[in-house]
Amino acid sequence: MSIALHPGRPAPAADQAALLAVEGLRVGAGGFRAVDGVSFGIAPGEILALVGESGSGKTATGRAILGLLPPGLERLEGAIRLEGEDLAQVAPARLRELRGGAIGMVFQEPMVSLNPAMTIGAQLGEALALHSTLSREAQRAACIAMLRRVQIADPEGCLRAYPHEFSGGMRQRIMLAAVMLPKPRLLIADEPTTALDNLAQAEVLDLMVELARENGTAVLLVTHNLGLVARYADRALVMQRGRVVEEGPARQVLTAPRHGYTRLLVSAMPQRLPRPPRAEGEVLLEARGLVVDYPGRARLFRRLPGKRAVKGVDLQIRRGETVALVGGSGSGKTTLGRAMLRLVQPSGGRLLFRGQDVTTGPAREFRLACQIVFQDPYSSLDPRQRVGEIVAEPLRHEPGLSAAARAARVAETFEAVGLPGMDRRFPHQLSGGQRQRVAIARAIVRRPALVVADEPVSALDMTVQKQILELIRRLQEERGFACLFISHDLGAVAEVADCVLVMQDGAIVEQGARDAIFDAPAHPYTRALLDATPRLVP
Amino acid sequence: MRLRMNAVLGGTLMALVLGTAVTSFFWTPANPLRIAMRARLNAPSAAHWLGTDEVGRDVVSRLMAGAGTSCLVAALTVLAAVVLGSLIGLLSGFARGWVDRVLMLVNDALLAFPGILLALGLLAVLGASQWGIVAALGLAYTPTVARIVRGAVLSIREREFVEASRSIGNSALYTMWRHVLPGTVSPLIVLATSLFGWAILAESALSFLGLGVPPPAPTWGNMLAAARPYLESAVWLGVAPGACIALTLLGVNLLGDALRDQLDPRSRPQ
Repeated sequence: MSIALHPGRPAPAADQAALLAVEGLRVGAGGFRAVDGVSFGIAPGEILALVGESGSGKTATGRAILGLLPPGLERLEGAIRLEGEDLAQVAPARLRELRGGAIGMVFQEPMVSLNPAMTIGAQLGEALALHSTLSREAQRAACIAMLRRVQIADPEGCLRAYPHEFSGGMRQRIMLAAVMLPKPRLLIADEPTTALDNLAQAEVLDLMVELARENGTAVLLVTHNLGLVARYADRALVMQRGRVVEEGPARQVLTAPRHGYTRLLVSAMPQRLPRPPRAEGEVLLEARGLVVDYPGRARLFRRLPGKRAVKGVDLQIRRGETVALVGGSGSGKTTLGRAMLRLVQPSGGRLLFRGQDVTTGPAREFRLACQIVFQDPYSSLDPRQRVGEIVAEPLRHEPGLSAAARAARVAETFEAVGLPGMDRRFPHQLSGGQRQRVAIARAIVRRPALVVADEPVSALDMTVQKQILELIRRLQEERGFACLFISHDLGAVAEVADCVLVMQDGAIVEQGARDAIFDAPAHPYTRALLDATPRLVP
Repeated sequence: MRLRMNAVLGGTLMALVLGTAVTSFFWTPANPLRIAMRARLNAPSAAHWLGTDEVGRDVVSRLMAGAGTSCLVAALTVLAAVVLGSLIGLLSGFARGWVDRVLMLVNDALLAFPGILLALGLLAVLGASQWGIVAALGLAYTPTVARIVRGAVLSIREREFVEASRSIGNSALYTMWRHVLPGTVSPLIVLATSLFGWAILAESALSFLGLGVPPPAPTWGNMLAAARPYLESAVWLGVAPGACIALTLLGVNLLGDALRDQLDPRSRPQ
């Protein structure tokens, strides 16, 4: 896989006619402005990154171009010229003609942007039938050629298959094939890989950029990830609260940011700082030959073959240390994390907590001493509870704690995670980062010995990621709990881990101290993961 | 706008019906059971707003008392079905495995029976009385509730906060009570509203067939049944209880729609 920054192309000359020109775009509703006076241009074949965090208005800008704003938002003023034609003024019929024809769009969620009830062939054919005059045979041939181009094995079989038969990365490649088939002149890609792990992300984006270059398609890449900007974009536009705060060649924006907000974003990129060497503590939790099987689906008369998700893993976590478990989606890392807490019952092997066998039986002390933080703070908090109740709940199992002591503990924990006095709120009244802080508070309120953090930052913006990682590190220093940090993102891992285990296909393929793994990866899978990690300097 | 009209109209109708029902327990214009053979089949007048029936009882009073009986029976029926159905649905959705399969097999078998037929059979065994109707209709509606609750439970139990509850050491029972059950409340409220309407209709139908609340206690159904022979000479006897049933059902359905739109954001019109 290529990791080099694509060959630096000369910035498009100013006199070159712009393919798309957005002038003074304002999007909003009532007094609220999601996009407040944004102007930019894209030259033919250029790759422009629109960078910003949640709420910066980057998505609304991308969607406004095609007139696909979500209900409640509307374009208030501004012109959007595609080769001179103002899309803000044209008839809806003309706009439909352009959508999927001259302008393609790839969305964030490959799970929902492909129709689950239609075969891939039917969905690929849809755009072609609308936007070209090819015969059926020619359409089919074009589909197959394009699927082959996006590296789908067995393209003929793929045409007859349904979306659920493919992984997230493959689905996004199919989506890309569907969008690129009519050879659009502009491709709007809105966080196209946020739902994917780093390996699949690199695959999809490498392909997208190659395809765009082959067809001379310009790309508007909407993303919050500066690492992707460094790797793929010619030019970058940084947005904050609906305004463009900085614009320039990608390399310059990243290496010599002028605006304070850009500098903040750049500094939020994960860094590997030296970690103080620590004394070898006692082994807190240990897995020996741990195996987890998922039973196959029961059919009418037989059971389909199951899947072995974890294939005999040995793993030790010492007191106070952070062990990172890395791997792509489907590597079994999440299952292993759950099995270490017996949220999933292991089907083989042993689990030792402070030397005691806790593989079966109630193992109450072990359960209470180990806690978990989930990936998605939107789904892991009960929407009907106030966050104060959520954090207080684990204390139900703390014997001999008076109501006053309990309230004090909850208040102290809210203080510790940086949310003082927020306990009366409901989860939906908090931002993503604040919710993850609540989830962390719930995990540490009982002063656990071990916290399993399952992708705790991958659903968050870069600057928020940075804060949460710092929070975890600080809490660990203050409270001395050990942490099993599960992630596909080696950038985040580099910030917090003492040692790293690389998991592929249910087995540990490499393990060692953090710096050894990062500086001298031995296994090819580790190298692939490292290569796929977005960073500022390639 | 259409939405709010539904809520207002449905709410007003239901408030009227329920208000009348409650009032009837304390006061009616005349004694609904007092027979006056000399005032048989009187046309509506100032003394009897909706006339009198075949044995001279005041129709307005009987309608009011009927509203009381019908609403009480319907409310108790819904209560029984919701409690029993929620238990079954909760257990079935949370336990899964063979418990779920057995429960849902029985449930689906019951569901395959038309509710009113099931109630008829049960009433034949239990005997026609107010409590018999509550038991029979309650049982007949239980499978529907169980299905809805099970569906809600199945979707909620996959959410991470349920796993989080297990991870902090909560028992399955507590998790079910504290985290899963509250999530089933909004679909249940919507269902209970329409069940209330069905129960009123079914109770009327059963009374019409003579299997309902036994005379002389008035219900809309048995008033309708009693009015049948006199429809040509005393139209009001049939029209009044019929209109009451129709308006109540309209109110229930409008209110149910409005509640669904309110509680389920996905069905809210954009």
